[in-house]
Order: sequence, then C-alpha cells, then structure tokens
Amino acid sequence: MSRPEEILPPDLFYNDTEARKYTTSSRIQNIQASMTHRALSLLSLPAPSLILDIGCGSGLSGDILSSVSPADGGPHTWIGLDISASMLAQALDRDATIDGDLLLADMGQGVPFRAGSFDAAVSISAIQWLCQAETSDDVPQARLRCFFDGLYASLRRGGRAVCQFYPANDAQREMISAAAVRAGFGAGILEDDPGTKNAKLYLVLTVGGGDMEGSNGGNGDITGVVKGMEGVDVEDSRRKRERAVGGKRGRLAPERTKGSKAWIVRKKEQMERKGKVVKANSKYTGRKRKIAF
Amino acid sequence: MKLLTLNFLTCARKACKTSAASFPLHPRDAELEQIEVDLNPLLIQNVLPRVEWDALKSLSSELGLPNLPDQCPDAAELTSDDEPSQTLKDLHTLLLETTIQSGKLVCGNCGHEYAIKEGIANFLLPSHLV
Repeated sequence: MSRPEEILPPDLFYNDTEARKYTTSSRIQNIQASMTHRALSLLSLPAPSLILDIGCGSGLSGDILSSVSPADGGPHTWIGLDISASMLAQALDRDATIDGDLLLADMGQGVPFRAGSFDAAVSISAIQWLCQAETSDDVPQARLRCFFDGLYASLRRGGRAVCQFYPANDAQREMISAAAVRAGFGAGILEDDPGTKNAKLYLVLTVGGGDMEGSNGGNGDITGVVKGMEGVDVEDSRRKRERAVGGKRGRLAPERTKGSKAWIVRKKEQMERKGKVVKANSKYTGRKRKIAF
Repeated sequence: MKLLTLNFLTCARKACKTSAASFPLHPRDAELEQIEVDLNPLLIQNVLPRVEWDALKSLSSELGLPNLPDQCPDAAELTSDDEPSQTLKDLHTLLLETTIQSGKLVCGNCGHEYAIKEGIANFLLPSHLV
C-alpha cells in the first residue's frame, strides 16, 4: 500500500469522501488523540495558551487542545491551518462546535502571523506532506525552509513546537530536521516505540529565550524538554563529536581512527541500518595490505 | 474568525513581510456574529500583553463596534478582588466572542483580498503571488 502523499497532493487527496472517512474512523480518532496528548505533555504549557495547530484537518487535535482541564494548564485557544477545504468543511459539520479558528492555507507558503504571536505550535501527522514536490517549479527544501522560518517567527521567544510526523525514509527525516535547525530552532526528535511498526516520531522544537533557562533545569538545551520524563533515553550525537575533537592530544578509540578495521566495520553496520546493500564481513575486511609502491 | 485571530494575522505574501502596512488586515463587507464562549481569565491575562492595541482599536472602528479606550488595560485592571473585572469580560466579548462569518480581509500594502466564508479565511496564494 503506498503512502497517501505519494498518491496525490494533500488538498486533492483529502476530498469530501476521504475527509469523512478520516474523521469518522474511530481508529484514527484514537491515534490522533493519543498523539495530541503526547505532544501536549512535551509542550508542558503552564497556563491557557494561544496555540497554532498546523495541518489541523477536521479539528481532531483541536478538540483535545480545547478540552485540556484547568488542572493541566488548559483550556487552550487555538488557530488551525489546513490546505484541504474538505477537511475544514468536515470540521464545521461535526456535531460538536469547533472552538478554534480555521484557516485555509498552505504551510509551505509560510505562516501568515506576526512575530511572537503564539505560545506554542502543534502539528499531528502533517509535515511529511511538505517533502513532496507537487509542481515542477517547486522544491521540497524551499517549502520546508519557508514553513520553518515562518513558524520560528510566529512563536514567541521561549515558545515550543511539537510536530508528530511520518517520514517515508531517513532522508525525509533528515531533510525535515535540517530545515528546522537551519531556521534557528533548537531541535530534537523523540521516537516512541522505536523499531516497532507503530513507531511515532515527534520533532520537538524550541525557540531560544528566557523560558528554556528557567523551567527545565537551567541549561537551555533541547534535552531539557524530556528531563524528568520517565522511560525516555537520550541519545546525544553532539556529545560524541566533542569527545572526538578532544582526543587530538590523547589516543582515539580504534573505532574513531578513520580507515581502521573497527571504523570500517562500524560504518558498514551504519549503512546496513540505513537499509543500504552491504557486503558481508569476512577476514578480508579492512585487511592491511603491503604497499608495493 | 475571532477578532483575536485578526490581531495576529498578516498578509501571507513574502513581498509584504517587510512592510508595516501588511498588518493588520482590513475587513471589508464583514458580517459579524456573536458566539458564546466560556470565560477564560487566565488566557486573556496571558495573551493581553501580546495584543496590538492600536490594531485592535482600528479594527473595532472599521467594523462599526463601539470605540475602545486609547490605552491597553494593564494586568491590574483585569481582576478586582480575585474576580474577573468588567474590563476582562468586555475584552472577552470583543476578542473571543465576536466573530466575522463572511467578508474580505484586505492587505494595506499589496491590496490582496482574502475571502472569509463560514468563518474560514482563505489564505491560499497562487504560486505567482507567493
């Protein structure tokens, strides 16, 4: 079964029939609800806030935002963006009245709000759509950049954004994270149930500002977002790089010296994990050769 | 489309990003509707410092609503003895309960018109305008 974004652009894929199927499916409602709750826990908003819901669709996540109890810092006021008119029409048709404001807009064209408007932003299952080039004069990287730049500007200093998304492959995941980092966000990816079929990826973005220093253990770092959350292992690739640089005077581990057998084996494992075709290891792997000339 | 949202919306075109006239958008042929929303004093206290008061005043006069005071009320005026004050309730009615159901939003810089239908504004730009 191919992914929705490989079939059609989002505004065409989510036509009236598809929009109704999506919104009325209880399985979808449950998944979207649990992902919205996870995003809210990552945002850890202390007070009722103004939230931007990117790719709000028919308001499944918006309903959760509006019904956060006062004990948990809610209820929040939200403004939603979606590219599909049918999904927004579903939002209006549903029995419960929708509390947030809806906008028919393309996130790849930017975020049309003035600087520092929102306390936070959420996006559930939406931003992977940006990785498709819909027209010939359209580059995914440009749209991603446009989106993240606009998002960065529209968040207040110290604000946070959590985007749950479904990357088709590692390349898309890297493309999205790179665009976020280039826009100036502090970025990290939280993976729930890694390696399983139901793995969910959350891109957690922070906008630099006083808040990060105060509320999360004072180091202003993205890892502060998950400090204190149970069951979360932090893999920080930045720290490993620092150690390698410091090893100029001392001895580097065999895995770090480029060209050594341990390094070759490690690289082959990495490529295999990425899904590339790799020849099996044998006694000839990284064999020291006698240089005749 | 609540009036609170209009206090944050700008023109979507990149060309208008640098101009001051792209915010706020000016409503034209607007049909208003009052909806009932539960009072959320904490939200108003949180958002009020970020509200552009001059833009709100001009929006209010363009829509034919009663004139607003010249200065934005400060945090102390929002509660009287830990109870939400009349000022807070008025702000709530104005920002969260007054909505534009149909009409147009016009950019002061480029003149582009964004249509509002059933309370949803259309901000899709054709590619030559992005």
